[in-house]
Amino acid sequence: MSEISFSFDDKIFKGIQGEPMAAALLRNGMLSITNSTYHNRPRGIVGLGVEEPNAIVQLVSGTKESMLPATMIEVTSGLEARSLTGVGALPEHPDEARYDKTNCYVDTLVIGAGVAGIRAAENELRTGREVLLIDDQSEPGGHLRHLGLELTASMQNVLEQKNLTYMRRCTAVGLYDQNYVIAIERRSEHLGNAAPANRARIRVWHIRADRVVLAPGAFQRPLIFANNDRPGIMLSHAAATYVALHGVKIFKRAVVVTVDNQGYRDALRLHRYGVQVQAIYDARPGAKGSSVDAARAAGIPIRFHATVIDTSSNAEGACTNVTLQDLDTKEIFQTDADLLAVSGGWTPIVDLATHIGIKPTWSEKHAAFLVNQNTEKLRTVGMLAGDFGGDDDPTIFFGPELDSEQARHAYIDLQRDTTLHDLRRAVGAGLSSIEHIKRYTTIGTAHDQGKTSGMLTIGALCQLHGGANGGLSPADVGTLSFRPPYVPVPFAALAGRERGLLTDPIRITSLHQWHVEAGAVFEDVGQWKRPWYFPKPGERIHEAVRRECRAAREGVAVMDASTLGKIDIQGPDAGIFLDRIYTNMFSTLPEGQCRYGLMCKADGIVFDDGVTTRLGKNHFLMTTTTGGAARVLSWLEEWLQTEWPDLKVYCTSVTEHISTIALVGPKSRQLLSELVTDIDLSKEAFPFMHTRMSNIDGIPVRIARISFSGELAFEINVAWGHARYIWERLWTLGRPYDLTAYGTETMHVLRAEKGYIIVGQDTDGTQTPYDLNMSWIVSKKKEFIGKRSFQLPYLKSPGRLQLVGLLPLNRDEAIPEGAYITVVDAGPDKHGKTPHTGFITGSYFSAILDREFALALVADGPSRMGEVVAIPIGKKVVRATICDSVFIDKENIRRDN
Amino acid sequence: MLHIPCPHCGLRNETEFHYGAEAGVAYPDPNALTDIEWAKFLHIRANPKGWLAERWVHFAGCGRWFNLWRNTITHEIGPAYLPFTQQPKAPDNIGKEDSKA
Repeated sequence: MSEISFSFDDKIFKGIQGEPMAAALLRNGMLSITNSTYHNRPRGIVGLGVEEPNAIVQLVSGTKESMLPATMIEVTSGLEARSLTGVGALPEHPDEARYDKTNCYVDTLVIGAGVAGIRAAENELRTGREVLLIDDQSEPGGHLRHLGLELTASMQNVLEQKNLTYMRRCTAVGLYDQNYVIAIERRSEHLGNAAPANRARIRVWHIRADRVVLAPGAFQRPLIFANNDRPGIMLSHAAATYVALHGVKIFKRAVVVTVDNQGYRDALRLHRYGVQVQAIYDARPGAKGSSVDAARAAGIPIRFHATVIDTSSNAEGACTNVTLQDLDTKEIFQTDADLLAVSGGWTPIVDLATHIGIKPTWSEKHAAFLVNQNTEKLRTVGMLAGDFGGDDDPTIFFGPELDSEQARHAYIDLQRDTTLHDLRRAVGAGLSSIEHIKRYTTIGTAHDQGKTSGMLTIGALCQLHGGANGGLSPADVGTLSFRPPYVPVPFAALAGRERGLLTDPIRITSLHQWHVEAGAVFEDVGQWKRPWYFPKPGERIHEAVRRECRAAREGVAVMDASTLGKIDIQGPDAGIFLDRIYTNMFSTLPEGQCRYGLMCKADGIVFDDGVTTRLGKNHFLMTTTTGGAARVLSWLEEWLQTEWPDLKVYCTSVTEHISTIALVGPKSRQLLSELVTDIDLSKEAFPFMHTRMSNIDGIPVRIARISFSGELAFEINVAWGHARYIWERLWTLGRPYDLTAYGTETMHVLRAEKGYIIVGQDTDGTQTPYDLNMSWIVSKKKEFIGKRSFQLPYLKSPGRLQLVGLLPLNRDEAIPEGAYITVVDAGPDKHGKTPHTGFITGSYFSAILDREFALALVADGPSRMGEVVAIPIGKKVVRATICDSVFIDKENIRRDN
Repeated sequence: MLHIPCPHCGLRNETEFHYGAEAGVAYPDPNALTDIEWAKFLHIRANPKGWLAERWVHFAGCGRWFNLWRNTITHEIGPAYLPFTQQPKAPDNIGKEDSKA
């Protein structure tokens, strides 16, 4: 036991290494720790563990974590903390501590290393099972520890078995289906500065156990009486433990109020450690048991059928006087006391059991909700299962009858400052369900999630509905139920090491380093990093994009299109398969040719698009949208596996096998012909939507005439690892052509000028091919997924959002993407809202048109050509004309240049 | 988190799987159905209290679709079976009281 110094609210305190901060503060006379959040009343330490509602502190040292109960912080040298009035502050700097996650599979997980938990572990070991025993305290033993008792030799022996792993400072925070448990192990903070630098502060355990044994123990309950929140009013078990175990000597004269024999045991401990116990006031008419006899023998006065009704305080707000009441005669009397130790019975910790939907059952005998489970998979033992140790005999009592003035200061939830008065108001307002009352009063919604206040609320409701003993049982009022987590869990622990660069995988193309060196600005497309634009020094985005667009339309430009999803489809039935997947025909596609395809879901809604190439009789290469690759592959697999197992088709993702370089612009053929000499690139010999095998300096490439810009364009497909070489060669040869690299922004402008859609941007999940002016792609000759749905009335009805172009009347006025479109001078409807008739899906400046333009989804858009619509942007209204969605080169002259 | 027996890979966590709704709903001949029947096929699936045979895919593992009995009340997991194989009987209905409630 080494003495250390720590600071609290900038004052230095002495403590013993590893003891709870609450104990050290109390020993140092810190009766009042903070003021309450809403009523600003002085508050002190109440409990022993995670149930502590008042002494919530923020670390000033280390991680600066806030909202930690002082009862759960082990003091170490140099620890700094400050009090909180119920509201924590996020630290300004990132948490630099390390956090781990790990998985664990075990035969039996025992939660709680008290007497019951250790005994349960022993039973499990005996049947040859491997056991993991976890406990949130720093030492095993549960209540034994609070009583200052050592583990028995046989219990110690259990912990030393090689088939048992005991983890201390490990709190189970959630129990889920099929015995999945999440636990939080605190690994380094208790070591203070001595903690190894690389040790995780918290490790999150994902445990899957064949059997879970719950041995969580119980919290002691407070009672409801006037001014029950003053410093010096504590749970009796906590008060006795601080005095007996931690050497707290600040209490001189105590009053013990009880509803069970636990109060007697605690009174005896206080008495033995030098606190003068004025009397025990027991709400029961009489009591039996060894603890009662022992208290009597020790000379502690006992008064039955009496309880506390009010308290008074000194100038600092600490308890000095206790007002008591005879429950028979209603006689009131007073006594002085600097400690009021309250034993309101036990509330077994049902939290974890209720996480998986188990409803605790009310036991009159225990005056508590219990969970009795004894299945192969889940067992409850100890106090949770009703094993209170045989000498408790509680009565169902939550506090005396209080008048309306007393009720205003009779606290139920100390953290939320909610009182019996608030509860009566809620009931007066007509609320009866405990769930409604919780939300109305906020009881149980604070940091401690109702650990002490939940049961009090149920008890108080019983009284309101005719008295706790008036025939209404807590079981009639409601039951305790909790959601995970059992205690607050830092987000940093849940994040673990998946922070910063490790948050999500980053996918880069084989040309990425070139883009970086060229000064590209990147954007995230799914997990991909794609060049957004390539600014020259001093250029801003719109200047760069206009330059890139001009190069593609007037000269030659190049883009890395490697992120396109690519699926290799092989097998004798591949053609039939694609016929069923795509709305248009693929089985008739000649080898060496490509076709644009559109796929719908069964409901007729467009799902993805892309160009698919027939590489051989039984071999196709499908491309998908960059973001849709995984989704489309899953879709293909689902149909193959679950509907058409007779089709001989195999699908393989080859996105990262093949790099695609798009060479775009009127001069692209000329430039490419310098690099590719073994095939004829002329438009007669190499038509649009054809593909040719070739080689560049001996590297095999596949060249395709595919265009996503409307310009003459060639795609060079090459094995991933060779892309940089090809790109560099193009770049060198392209210098005389002023070859320009472009990014996704320019790609978007070019495709929008030509009216090419991007599924997901120009669609909102309600468009059929017809809504996108693509009836030409819907085959009438064959069956395909979604075809039947086009007959459904609601996909043919008027008012559907359909793709059109928009030209702002003022050619320089940009319309924000996502903006709503309204009818000009549309008045408000009956709800006072201006009805909208569509929205903007893409909005750009066109260098070639020298104006702003947009794509939009507009109700019945194609039949409203020429109509001027209004787009309200804040206080301004932009007017624009509805037009065709193809803005340039409707005749495809450029493409076939 | 559910613990799901993939017929190919064994017991794995739910996060490795995607859900595919009710199993055993055959794809009909679309042209033999009225609009209402087709819309029902598209959008309506059984969602009973109690045991339900469901489709799941082990997307983060073998990538295969399979069917699985699951109790929607108790979250108990029953037997898994492959598509186009004989469906095993629903497990003894432990959640029967619940499913009637």
